[in-house]
Amino acid sequence: MKKLEYDLVVIGGGPAGLAAALEARKNGVKKILICERAPYLGGILQQCIHNGFGLQYFKEELTGPEYASRFIDAVEQSDIDVKLGTMVMEILEDKKIISVNREDGMFEIGTKALILAMGCRERTRGAITIPGSRPAGIMTAGTAQSYVNLEGLIPGKEVVILGSGDIGLIMARRLTLEGVNVKGVIELMPYSTGLIRNKVQCLDDFNIPLLLSHSIVEVHGKDRLEGVTIARVDQKLKPIHGTEQYISCDTLLLSVGLIPENELSSKLGCEIDTVTRGPVVNEKRITNIPWVFACGNVLHVHDLVDNVTQEAEIAGRAAADLINQAAAEVEKDVVIRHDQNIGYVVPQHIDALNNKEKTVKFFLRVKNPDEHVRLVVKDNFDQVLLNLKKTIVEPGTMVTFNLPRELVTKDTSSISISIAREQAE
Amino acid sequence: MKTEVLIIGGGVIGASIAHQLAKYNLDIILVEKASDVCMGTSKANSAMIHSGFNIDGGTLKGKLALAANKVVKQLCQDLDVDLVKPLGSITVGFEESDLEKMKKTMENGIKNGIQGMRLLDQQELHEMEPHLNPEAKYGLFEPETGIINPFEYTVALAENAVINGAKVMLDTEVLDIMIENKTVKGVKTNKGNIEAKVIINAAGLYADKIAAMVEDIDFEIKPRKGQYFLYDKKWGNILTYTIYSAPTKVSKGMIVVPTIDGNILAGSNAEALEDKTDLRTTAEALDQIYTSTISHLFPELPRMGDVITTFTGLRAASSNEDFIIEAAKTVKGMINVAGIQSPGLTSAPAIAVMVEELVRAQNLELDFTPKANYEKGRKAPVMLAELSYDERNALIEKEPAYGEIICRCESISKGEINDAIHRPVPATNMDAIKRRVRAGMGRCQGGFCGPKVLDILSRELNISPLEVTQKGNASFVLAARNKELPLAEGDQKNEKIRI
Amino acid sequence: MEVTKLVCIGCPNGCGLTVEHSGKTIEKISDYGCKIGLEYAKNEFTEPKRIITTTVRVKAGDLPFVPVKTKDPVNKEKIFVVMKEISELEIESPVHVGDVIRSNIAGTGVDLVCTRNIKKVS
Ligand SMILES: Cc1cc2nc3c(=O)[nH]c(=O)nc-3n(C[C@H](O)[C@H](O)[C@H](O)COP(=O)(O)OP(=O)(O)OC[C@H]3O[C@@H](n4cnc5c(N)ncnc54)[C@H](O)[C@@H]3O)c2cc1C
Ligand SMILES: Cc1cc2nc3c(=O)[nH]c(=O)nc-3n(C[C@H](O)[C@H](O)[C@H](O)COP(=O)(O)OP(=O)(O)OC[C@H]3O[C@@H](n4cnc5c(N)ncnc54)[C@H](O)[C@@H]3O)c2cc1C
Ligand code: SF4
Repeated sequence: MKKLEYDLVVIGGGPAGLAAALEARKNGVKKILICERAPYLGGILQQCIHNGFGLQYFKEELTGPEYASRFIDAVEQSDIDVKLGTMVMEILEDKKIISVNREDGMFEIGTKALILAMGCRERTRGAITIPGSRPAGIMTAGTAQSYVNLEGLIPGKEVVILGSGDIGLIMARRLTLEGVNVKGVIELMPYSTGLIRNKVQCLDDFNIPLLLSHSIVEVHGKDRLEGVTIARVDQKLKPIHGTEQYISCDTLLLSVGLIPENELSSKLGCEIDTVTRGPVVNEKRITNIPWVFACGNVLHVHDLVDNVTQEAEIAGRAAADLINQAAAEVEKDVVIRHDQNIGYVVPQHIDALNNKEKTVKFFLRVKNPDEHVRLVVKDNFDQVLLNLKKTIVEPGTMVTFNLPRELVTKDTSSISISIAREQAE
Repeated sequence: MKTEVLIIGGGVIGASIAHQLAKYNLDIILVEKASDVCMGTSKANSAMIHSGFNIDGGTLKGKLALAANKVVKQLCQDLDVDLVKPLGSITVGFEESDLEKMKKTMENGIKNGIQGMRLLDQQELHEMEPHLNPEAKYGLFEPETGIINPFEYTVALAENAVINGAKVMLDTEVLDIMIENKTVKGVKTNKGNIEAKVIINAAGLYADKIAAMVEDIDFEIKPRKGQYFLYDKKWGNILTYTIYSAPTKVSKGMIVVPTIDGNILAGSNAEALEDKTDLRTTAEALDQIYTSTISHLFPELPRMGDVITTFTGLRAASSNEDFIIEAAKTVKGMINVAGIQSPGLTSAPAIAVMVEELVRAQNLELDFTPKANYEKGRKAPVMLAELSYDERNALIEKEPAYGEIICRCESISKGEINDAIHRPVPATNMDAIKRRVRAGMGRCQGGFCGPKVLDILSRELNISPLEVTQKGNASFVLAARNKELPLAEGDQKNEKIRI
Repeated sequence: MEVTKLVCIGCPNGCGLTVEHSGKTIEKISDYGCKIGLEYAKNEFTEPKRIITTTVRVKAGDLPFVPVKTKDPVNKEKIFVVMKEISELEIESPVHVGDVIRSNIAGTGVDLVCTRNIKKVS
């Protein structure tokens, strides 16, 4: 078996992997390898041909492939090695990575540090168990996106979309532009889980209805999908008898969420957060395994690729520090806690004495939509570190804030974050 | 077209019969109306090789199941099919009354010649299955039950038959049976007529319809539905044995079992139906199975989330609840194999032997001399995941397609998919590939690899991507090419869902 | 005075914008989170425009279609007219990000440009 040696290996050549590799290179890491399973770099962005990427990072509005191409060009001009069509099969505890491709067969890569950037996958129908027969014509919105945008193939002529996730909304517009009749989007929750701008520009622009608090109770058809029965749901999300409606359609797209792709990481022994379904990390994106970092959608599902890039750069710098032996071991671990209204917070730990960066950026998601709330950050002495006003919070939109480093002292052992309705003064 | 033996139905029973008869100098055609073998009941069941401990040994199905248990291991070894046997089962009870029933079952098992059965006390029960509901009190252990992949098994049987000269015709539906002078002459199919000396009816749920093409019959096949949950492999370690829940008023013979591939299968209820095509799963039944059995036995298993899929199997129940394996009463050359409900998967090899005897007894000028160059095995498809790194490299060097991973969840290579398309019984659609190599069976259920598998199928079969089907017939995956659909212009509004 | 509520599509914040107007004349725009929103509200009220992103057939490329976009937003009413013209296009490979495939697409005054590099394959 062929054996290679690198200082840094990055698994995944999506926006996270590319930015992490570039940033590590910038910070002095010499031998870097990106392993990418697909025959091209760019990850999921290559099928996201719509615009809306890069407003924060590049201050201009780009499409997915354009955003990716900026990083791909930079990687191609650098001395970072890339292996395409290369699938990482296994990560071994002794810092070795087993990969496979057509040219090298199964091969082993030794490394000093590893960055996980494998992205995410979509939830599937089985995972939400829609009852009914099993006809053709049911697929995830992302699969449809890949057919339409990468292969030039259209899944169906009359489409119903289940789930108001962004990919579903984007596909509603994309298919409509190709002459498909998108009959409507069905959402179980009483609110849309996608961004409001996507509802406006993908559904409203084309008079596509969004049915909130609705669910699909049955799918019909033997060979190919012929229709679905939808029904309104009550507050407990159970279908209300008597509200059933039959909708004829030949295609059902599912847009019911994304799950970080962490099979490799779990097998290696990375501690996985049960809510984010990604590794537990500190602010440098170090997992519980000191030479393994994680960034992008493998860590938690981001709604903005700009945030993915920023996070990847953090991981890239931290990996460089480790490789250049510029980083101290974690000195003072501070645990981040949160209250009931918050689904998750990333990072889950910070190092009180790591003062390389002036602020720590936190990402969190709320469990339920709310208005006029305050986000309060306290330390273990009940000292209020931050008290921020948020007009609207929604589960579909990530909340971010920066915590100045100086507020964390060597005596801090935990930090708690809460979100609550503003009290009338 | 002409043959000597014509088998109707490519389920495990038809395939077993083809495999058995292919040992002799006979011309054999197996016709299957679906686009693959094993698309009926044989695909959707509990996948257990029942030891027979809880079956009435006096029935035909009891006798055949017990007989089959003696040969299935050798058969699977010859055919290179994975079989875990013995694995063992535990029947789990919560009430005093369950214990009484278990004692009776144990007596029955002993009568059927099953050795090593014993009752478990609560402590031992939980030592053997630590994830069981702590309230479970009683257990009956039985060591012989096994598990198999029914699809792999059926394909292997059919492939071996093809290797030995039999012909498998897919997408071929028998529409009628031709009879002359009280003797069968052949079948009419959607692909034309096929003459035959003997016809074997192994049409599963439709065996009554086929039998009635020949003469008046005194049995009827009624479908009885069973619904299942299939859990992600990450739950694979929650149990060791196949678990039966002691029968209760609401549920009878529910199981939670490991599968050959390391998933967990849980089900199934029993709903009497009229419609033989009703493969729908229903929320009510799934809820009921979940609360009455799954969460009752293994409280950690979730209702949703790690459920990879839910599915339905249809039992082909005959009026007397036993197998009906007999020659037609008034017409020569017709053998019916009907009412093959559980444990049909288990009994298949014994059923095939019984059918051979019935065919011989028809005295039809058939040449039963053993085939000179008979092959008792078949080469199982290469499964990269089962090879050592060096073996994989040797293979990739010869054929680089084995180094190109298509399905990232199950690590399936392009080489394995190409193989599946060109095997003795070829995979010609998405589901056929999925069943053979598991591409698309993993966590993403084909989300990532679907488009790639479709592309490979279209190239290897030399058909347009729009002609590729999910599961044969008109189950097309796609509808059009970009830029080819008429665009909605101006006021021409498409009909939307009305709110 | 009338009030029209709009939602800005300029960024993920999706600010709810308020346009106060008398008939077609805008009196006041408020509630925008940044300048993009102000601009958007003006346009959306007078002449709504969108960037169109789709694909165009390529000959002998490493992909059968190349992703494209209109360089600037086009009048919303014109979306399907533009799509129709795009559906008839077929271009030669290779192409690069930013290459103009068709200038003044469907008479909108806006250029259609590639958003991905496509290599030529034989
Ligand atoms: C279908 C879909 C549509 C999306 N649409 C949008 C959108 O419109 N806007 C938006 O902001 N975000 C969108 N997202 C989220 C999007 O994924 C992120 O914004 C961004 O692409 C995440 O970057 P990443 O690098 O973490 O992951 P990805 O872009 O997914 O990249 C991960 C890469 O890792 C590779 N990989 C995975 N496992 C292995 C392995 N074992 N060996 C080698 N390589 C491997 C994959 O092939 C992939 O190229 C979408 C996600 C999906 C799944
Ligand atoms: C819920 C459930 C659980 C079970 N669990 C077990 C178990 O754990 N262990 C066990 O041993 N058994 C089990 N069984 C029983 C076992 O699955 C069946 O006995 C066995 O699969 C029957 O096989 P078959 O070949 O007779 O039927 P099928 O697999 O249904 O095959 C019949 C075939 O005939 C074809 N056909 C029908 N009509 C025509 C026509 N006109 N022309 C051409 N082709 C035609 C059909 O398409 C079909 O493929 C279970 C059954 C069910 C339903
Ligand atoms: S007004 Fe500015 S901040 Fe608000 S949504 Fe528009 S672009 Fe975003």
